[in-house]
Amino acid sequence: MTQTAVSFCNVSRHYGPVKAVDDVSLDILGGEFFAMLGPSGSGKTTCLRLIAGFEQPTSGSISIFNQQMMDVPPYRRQVNTVFQDYALFPHLNVADNVAYGLMIRGVSKNDRLKAAEGALELVRLPGYGARKPSQLSGGQRQRVALARALVNQPKVLLLDEPLGALDLKLREQMQEELKELQRSLGITFVFVTHDQSEALSMADRIAVFNHGQIMQVGSPREIYHSPKSEFVADFVGSSNILPRELVNKLVGRDQPASLRPEAIRLVSEGGIEAKILNVSFLGASTKITLQMKDVTLHMLADNEPASLTVGEIVRVDWDKSSLHLMEIPHV
Amino acid sequence: MPPNALNWRGRLSDTLWRRPRLLLFLLLAPPVLWLGVIYLGSLFALLAQSFFSIDEFSGVIKYEFTLKTYRELLIPANLDIIIRTVLMAAFVTIGAAIVAFPIAYFAARYARGKWKALFYLGVMLPLWSSYLVKVYAWKLILAKEGILNWILAKLHLTWLLDAWLSLPIIGGNSLSVSYTGTFLVFLYVWMPFMVLPIQASLERVPSSFIEASADLGANARQTFFNVILPLALPGVIAGSIFTFSLTLGDYIIPQIIGSSRLFIGQAVYAHQGTAGNIPLAAAFTVVPVVIMGFYLWAAKKKGAFDAL
Repeated sequence: MTQTAVSFCNVSRHYGPVKAVDDVSLDILGGEFFAMLGPSGSGKTTCLRLIAGFEQPTSGSISIFNQQMMDVPPYRRQVNTVFQDYALFPHLNVADNVAYGLMIRGVSKNDRLKAAEGALELVRLPGYGARKPSQLSGGQRQRVALARALVNQPKVLLLDEPLGALDLKLREQMQEELKELQRSLGITFVFVTHDQSEALSMADRIAVFNHGQIMQVGSPREIYHSPKSEFVADFVGSSNILPRELVNKLVGRDQPASLRPEAIRLVSEGGIEAKILNVSFLGASTKITLQMKDVTLHMLADNEPASLTVGEIVRVDWDKSSLHLMEIPHV
Repeated sequence: MPPNALNWRGRLSDTLWRRPRLLLFLLLAPPVLWLGVIYLGSLFALLAQSFFSIDEFSGVIKYEFTLKTYRELLIPANLDIIIRTVLMAAFVTIGAAIVAFPIAYFAARYARGKWKALFYLGVMLPLWSSYLVKVYAWKLILAKEGILNWILAKLHLTWLLDAWLSLPIIGGNSLSVSYTGTFLVFLYVWMPFMVLPIQASLERVPSSFIEASADLGANARQTFFNVILPLALPGVIAGSIFTFSLTLGDYIIPQIIGSSRLFIGQAVYAHQGTAGNIPLAAAFTVVPVVIMGFYLWAAKKKGAFDAL
């Protein structure tokens, strides 16, 4: 049976009138790669800082492996953080940075430097110990920050937008490596990001945040295919949102619905008439913007359909199952 | 060609744009002349003086190279002056660092907006009033009939002051004629020079460093000694260069407040003035220069500038 690694019970964190985190309840399981996804200011980073202990909840309680974290300072928690800016100490070399946590715990110089070198090997930076952080590239600093956290064998590893400062190529490589590392170490990773593709590709489960609240928790597939609300549908991939009136006409349900761009296809007969507004070639696929009744639709076609011209009237259709009904938004 | 390039201003800016080195030269020439010729020149003239000597009978300066004046510097009376001044400068520096650090830390970490403005005002305000006025004000505060004695009497703590003043060396008849008094006034007068560099260096320590240290298991004390202090050290060193060298060279504060024993600055003042012994005065001024040189060298060796 999997243990609960981190548990939020009705946690709120208010800054004056601002509700950064608003009544969040959440269980993160042991050994899970968990992503907190949301736009900036949605409360995801505050949640991470609440786990690390840099912030205290205004109300509610947090426990880590069934231990209450009320009034437990960060330095007594068995969690470690990889900071967004890496926060490597500029006056220490890489080895001393990685060994910092062990040094604080009183591990002898020899042992801790040996452990640091081991951790550096784990993140594929063997022999970099003598360098200063300023001599490293962004990707290397990222790995050092990871090694510095992992060398302490945390029960939960917190990552605050760790890939945000890296360029695309490096980011994709690090995504794979992080996932691989998490799988082999079996540590619970809690990962904060505003990049939905990152969350979808890496996480076992995702919590989507907005305005300090969790909008939906689920596996990447659930989140992507069955968004519960317009916000989730819109934020996780650029889904088409069909208004209630249109859905009522199409399937007879008075609910808004989401429709993935790749679920729409062009048909020669049947379907619904739509006018082409724009066609943009994206390489592997083609993005077509359509005007269907009074709704603007985006569709993704795998290969470029022959000779589409702007203004042309085409017919579009989709599988019944890909039209996903959502909750009626609260007013 | 645009019409504005035709008048002389346009032609001048075009010329300077084409020849950036000329602009650099024009900008740098006045300060370099000032620093190089007038400032360094007079400093070297002074150094040269210290290698001359004075004829004891006639009081005339003999313009030939000799180390006699430096030998004179090492006679016990003069050595006492040097040791006294260096010890005072060291204690003032340590005291200033200890008092300034929490103030600077508060300003850098917690003060925002209005509080930050208030901090700058509070630290800088003493610099806006005359140095002499401040020193005389302190003489009134520290005098036997002064406000400090009065407050201590009201608090029934006169015994504490008496006990302190009865201590050898640092004590005396009253605070205003003791080394303790000199120390307090030096501490006050140079405080802004210590607070501001430390504050500037702490401003450059992001809060994520402190959080990272806590995250890795360090409590506040361990974080202070392993992260904050090493990163603020360049600021502390910069501040200590001010407080140390300013104390080494000052001749007014020890003259107004303190025992009648001389400090280096007073010795220089006395020798170049009434005594007319310019070589010895010059030799005395070389002492702080040499001490500061060693101080900076040692600081660099200790890695004080590594975090710069």
